[in-house]
Amino acid sequence: MNELIQKAKSLLESDTVQVVIGYGKGSADKTRAIFLTKPEDCDQLLFDSRCVQNLAVYLTKHEIKHLGKPAIVAPIPVLRSILQLAVENQLKESDLVILGVSPESKLIEFDSFGAIELFLNAYKIQIDEKYKATIDKIKAMPVSERFAFWIKELEPCFKCYACRAACPLCYCPKCTVENNQPQWIPAASHLLGNLEWHVMRAMHLAGRCTDCEACYNACPMGIPIHLLTKSMLQDVEEHFGPYGPSVGKRNTLSSFNPDDKESFIR
Amino acid sequence: MQIDNYLIRQTSLEKLFNNLIGNGKTVFAPQASEKRILFEKVKAFSEITDNYLVTTNAAKSVVFPRTEKLFSYKKTKETTEITDASTEAVPEVVLWGTRPCDAAAFIPLTDTFNGDYPDILYNNRRGKVYLLSFSCATCDEYCFCTSVNGSPGNTAGSDILFTKLSTGDYLAEVITEKGKKLVAENQTLFEAAPEEEKEPNLAKVKTYFNQDEIQAKLQNLFENPVWDEKSRACLGCGSCAFVCPVCSCFDIQDEKHGSKGTRLRCWDSCGFSLFTLHTSGHNPRETQGARWRQRILHKFLYMPDKSKVAGCVGCGRCSRVCPADINILETVTSI
Repeated sequence: MNELIQKAKSLLESDTVQVVIGYGKGSADKTRAIFLTKPEDCDQLLFDSRCVQNLAVYLTKHEIKHLGKPAIVAPIPVLRSILQLAVENQLKESDLVILGVSPESKLIEFDSFGAIELFLNAYKIQIDEKYKATIDKIKAMPVSERFAFWIKELEPCFKCYACRAACPLCYCPKCTVENNQPQWIPAASHLLGNLEWHVMRAMHLAGRCTDCEACYNACPMGIPIHLLTKSMLQDVEEHFGPYGPSVGKRNTLSSFNPDDKESFIR
Repeated sequence: MQIDNYLIRQTSLEKLFNNLIGNGKTVFAPQASEKRILFEKVKAFSEITDNYLVTTNAAKSVVFPRTEKLFSYKKTKETTEITDASTEAVPEVVLWGTRPCDAAAFIPLTDTFNGDYPDILYNNRRGKVYLLSFSCATCDEYCFCTSVNGSPGNTAGSDILFTKLSTGDYLAEVITEKGKKLVAENQTLFEAAPEEEKEPNLAKVKTYFNQDEIQAKLQNLFENPVWDEKSRACLGCGSCAFVCPVCSCFDIQDEKHGSKGTRLRCWDSCGFSLFTLHTSGHNPRETQGARWRQRILHKFLYMPDKSKVAGCVGCGRCSRVCPADINILETVTSI
């Protein structure tokens, strides 16, 4: 921890970065994202198992970009998101300083996106066994039962869009749901509106989602929407091989390969 | 109005509930599931939980549904036929298990829907709602009702307020005509007032600020770094507004299917980037800081200026659900 604080201080002192995005004390027993601009404030930084918010979401927010070049405290889920953002041309190496945090809570510095990828090779995205069992159970349901399951789960959704707001990969300045001429997705949070929103959200993350669970953690209603993205990760793996963001490679569903095993594409 | 005090036995509460259901009333009460406690439509007393501080969602959806039909239309070659939704009958609803903050929230909410003109849809629903609240015996660090003129045993807004006594029985304070009507219908369940005092059975909620002082300070605080500082982590979602029992912003949406359609009003939030976006593309509230300022000023300055009641009841829901841990109490006390 001390290492991280010293590094953050020196980055601000030397004006290498203008803001350090990290975790600090929150309300009650929570931690929260903090944005440090003065070296003397860096002692507020902390890191422990409560720090689950994906800070990569802030890298594309205009209010945060406005503060200057950032250094970001990045445990594994944040590193994955940074790499995915890089794959999607949303970040350049010169845009930020990455203060990686290993699972042993050690500071790891990365001088390139390639170095992150190399490091992450040892931490491939893996769906938890407990989720696999739940997904298998849902997939085994007859269609009508599965439909009823999702209708019931999605019913409490009042479309606060916290799932979208917390997702580092939902960075579009204008989301499909905000397009009202024509209105693609009903704005209302009735049955159809909720269903279309969640299906659309999940589909837009297919082959991109890095399984950080920020959407689920953000949902005030505790709706298990992460099951949709997890299930798609499994589908991607089944059809295209294990998925993980990779520099120089395009997203699974937006790349074309003449050697594709499916014949229809040729 | 004179408040009538009674005693109601623990065992009689269930009878009261059953009578309400038996009389054809729709009852919404706190129901617990793994990750949330929501006001839900309940049929049996056993479905209700009494182990909750406040529910995750607010009770406002009973009078101000998240999606509400205003009218529907049907076009033919000659005419357009319009069916006004405000003429549709609404059921009698009992909100069982609201907290004093929840009940108090109906006061500013009703003010808002009766500002420039009375909102018929809202008033129809509100007129049919009975508020049977339960005092708070516990609170947490997010509660601040006592800073906004409320209290864990506040009767304002409720029809009947129940306070659990040391014996396990309840003090029933009957506050309104509606409450008196319910008592008259269930007379055998209400006994002579208990001698035990109410106060020792209530939570001790710390008072952090004085609403009038905050209101005075906010007059000159439009340009201040506090708004950006306190909202820096804001992700721009609407969870704070949607769990708030007072927030009432809405958006009008038309849904058409060929020659038929409906006009809906849907909850909106000042946290969204589309909020108050002009047709020209200009947005007077361009950043989350400006939107957070709007939220605070609306609640603690504009609403008390206009209708004498603050737009916040100190329930703390917004702070509890915020995915970025932005805390309304922290912002207000830092002013």
